[in-house]
Amino acid sequence: MRLRRRRRLLRCLRKGRELSKVHDNTSAIKPGDVLLVSTIRNEKIRLPYFLKYYREMGIDHFLLVDNDSSDGTLEYLAGQSDISVWHTRHNYRRATHGVDWMNYLKRSYAHGHWTLVVDPDEFFIYPFCDTRPIQALTDWLEGSSIRSFGAMLVDVYPKGKLGDVPYQPGQDPLEIAQWFDSGNYSITKNPTYGNLWIQGGPRSRVFFADRPKKAPALNKIPLVKWHRKYAYVSSTHTLLPRGLNQVYEEWGGEKASGALLHTKFLDTFSAKAKEEVQRNQHYANSAEYHAYEKARQDLPDMWCKWSERYINWRQLEILGLMSKGNWA
Amino acid sequence: MSSVGIVMLVHSALDRAEQVVRHWRAAGCPVVIHVDRKVPRPIFDAFRTACANDPQILFSKRHTCEWGTWGIVAASQSASEMMLETFADVRHVYLASGACLPLRPVQELIDYLADRPHTDFIESATTADVPWTVGGLDSERFTLRFPFSWRKNRFLFDKFVAFQRALGLRRDIPEGLTPHMGSQWWCLTRQTLSAILQDPNRARYDRYFRQVWIPDESYYQTLARQYSSRIESRSLTLSKFDFRGKPHIFYDDHLQLLRRSDCFVARKIWPRANRLYQAFLTEQSEAMKRAEPNPGKIDRIFAKAVERRTRGRDGLYMQSRFPRHGNENGLTSNPYSVFQGFTELFEGFEPWLKKATGMRVHGHLFAPDRVQFAGGDTMINGALCDNAVMRDYNPTAFLTNLIWNTRGERQCFQFGPGDTQSINWLVARDTNAQISVITGAWAVPLFRSNRNFADLRAEAARLQKIESEHLNILRSPLTKARVRIWTMAEFVESPMEPVQMIIDEIATAPTHRLTEAPKMVDLTGFGQFLQNLKNQGMHPYLMGDFPVEPDLVSQPRPLRKPYLVR
Repeated sequence: MRLRRRRRLLRCLRKGRELSKVHDNTSAIKPGDVLLVSTIRNEKIRLPYFLKYYREMGIDHFLLVDNDSSDGTLEYLAGQSDISVWHTRHNYRRATHGVDWMNYLKRSYAHGHWTLVVDPDEFFIYPFCDTRPIQALTDWLEGSSIRSFGAMLVDVYPKGKLGDVPYQPGQDPLEIAQWFDSGNYSITKNPTYGNLWIQGGPRSRVFFADRPKKAPALNKIPLVKWHRKYAYVSSTHTLLPRGLNQVYEEWGGEKASGALLHTKFLDTFSAKAKEEVQRNQHYANSAEYHAYEKARQDLPDMWCKWSERYINWRQLEILGLMSKGNWA
Repeated sequence: MSSVGIVMLVHSALDRAEQVVRHWRAAGCPVVIHVDRKVPRPIFDAFRTACANDPQILFSKRHTCEWGTWGIVAASQSASEMMLETFADVRHVYLASGACLPLRPVQELIDYLADRPHTDFIESATTADVPWTVGGLDSERFTLRFPFSWRKNRFLFDKFVAFQRALGLRRDIPEGLTPHMGSQWWCLTRQTLSAILQDPNRARYDRYFRQVWIPDESYYQTLARQYSSRIESRSLTLSKFDFRGKPHIFYDDHLQLLRRSDCFVARKIWPRANRLYQAFLTEQSEAMKRAEPNPGKIDRIFAKAVERRTRGRDGLYMQSRFPRHGNENGLTSNPYSVFQGFTELFEGFEPWLKKATGMRVHGHLFAPDRVQFAGGDTMINGALCDNAVMRDYNPTAFLTNLIWNTRGERQCFQFGPGDTQSINWLVARDTNAQISVITGAWAVPLFRSNRNFADLRAEAARLQKIESEHLNILRSPLTKARVRIWTMAEFVESPMEPVQMIIDEIATAPTHRLTEAPKMVDLTGFGQFLQNLKNQGMHPYLMGDFPVEPDLVSQPRPLRKPYLVR
């Protein structure tokens, strides 16, 4: 495992050379700041709300990798003092789906900081996120000697066909995609890395019903008090050293956990799926996107009678998708 | 000058501490501050300068305070001495921290203490009687030595404790002392506090407590028992601890709770809880009722949080609760019933059961082709699908999800040897499961089917083998479920008694007598069918002994009255 971690770290150093600084405001990062790291590609339309959401949550600085966007993302991000941007034209897949780039950035800038790694379509929620900023969470985690915080992906989708309601820049995507599956997730433990492997939800139900094993993993550990020796192995599903993956309790109790509301399924989705199939740079030869592309022929309605409408984190906690643990 | 003096221990968030100091001062209380020596000099100096304009804010000698060590006691000693020497009017000394926040107007605290001039408020209990301690060190706190830091050198700390235990090393507790423990936040009278600080034996006691584990929770608590004329064993500071002994933190959203608690002081407050500081540090003009502190609701909330962390919600499997085998505290969240062989033996058993009990009655949830949800639904609560592939990908998760999603409504489902068997151990180990089995009833559909006998024979052999393995599980000593097993022959003899028994157990409302019995399928010729199987060399033994003569089996079933209770 140590070797694997070393390998990842070496790899991130090598891949880090593929990044070129575009806007560097990292000198503004103060000790104790909470950072956000993300890779974006042609998602300018999502950025205004994304940035607003996380600024309100209390994120102090954004470290973003732009993977060769052609929609003016770089220009949009210019001149914002809490954002630093790197640009790369290199292959997303060969950088382990962006993990190497982000590992490099965290190694360079996030040592000793609480760091949130999310995609532009993921919205982090945690217990009391409506009344307490993220520093309350990180202070509490720190005080409880906890280094990493798990947040499962919860796919949200609209009622009606995808693309019926177009998404506008700056709009809360949850206004359109506000439904989710509450109780069809299956969990197994990954003995290699000690993390849980969670599958299920609407993506499994609609796109992978005949081969559920292939359904995307939903377990994520996006918030970590970063150390330069840590490394993500695949997306934010798995970390090394392995102790960081222990975000769940095995002796009966519940640890605190959050959720990532995954607002992938907007009208922008079909264009994205098409592009990703052509690029073929996603996980497992973009199997996921192939499945979407196939199902897209008749634009599915993912909504069903038992879909739940998202209200707030308390709802997810009652449904058993996340937990307050002993934070009160 | 006020009769209450505040001794404040500060180690971080000095800006907040200063705010609180000003608040105490506004009510006239003199304040002696101890700042942890770990706070860098420039920061300390700035803090001191900021407070310099008030002669009644003093700074005591600085000690290094590390959690669980003597430094904290030394700090409160120096500060208390300073307080007693400098401010002669002070009658009560209140020990607070920088993260403490007065919830009620300070004048109310002053009045409260003035009404009780000889009472010491200090939580103090003998170690034998309280289960507070975390980590297994209770009485040993007082009899072992702890030269290593628990925070920084956990390994050596643990090893040294084990070493002393192994060798049976013990320290003697100074004569006359009975170890007591309690919250470290106290409010003592001048009499008691000065008696502790000026005790001729103090050097000896200090030497002893220097080596006690977490002395700030036992030093004053033990010594106050020596001198106090009146101890109220409770702390005036509201302070809750979690299951690891860490204090719970209060945030903005606790505002109403804290208001209603009627406590004088609360800790620990999150330094960035602006609303709390704003609400409680601005002058509260409204005359508060002179209530006793009543933190009941806060107690409940934090007790619940601890329970959630240590026990969790029964039957919930999720991203941050995935118990190991045997640590589930309830494998499922709700009671449910499994029926094996009933729907084969009775015509229309499912609708009948639904009518009789009002429960949700599913068909064979684990049938090979699809999940037979009640009413032929393709989906159920929680968006759980009827797709058999998805179900069989993780059958136990399917079942635990189903029971979790429908909590509040009892589920019944049919099961049999033709179904996916991977849930058998889960169900058998589950105290929530009520399992009723009519063994061998799987032969009835075969008997009634129109298939080639060779196929029937092979199928019967397969099902019998599967069911027999299942029965072994159900009869295992590890089985915790409520299991009832009848052979088919037994059951057919008097079917209504067992059925009434099962229904009585399920029904929540006072059971009404079953007025309508389920109709059993026509078993004419079943005995012969079994005999034919036997003749082919396949011995069906799970049904029990069925007579071959047809007329004996198809006995006067219709004549028999449904079972009546009383």
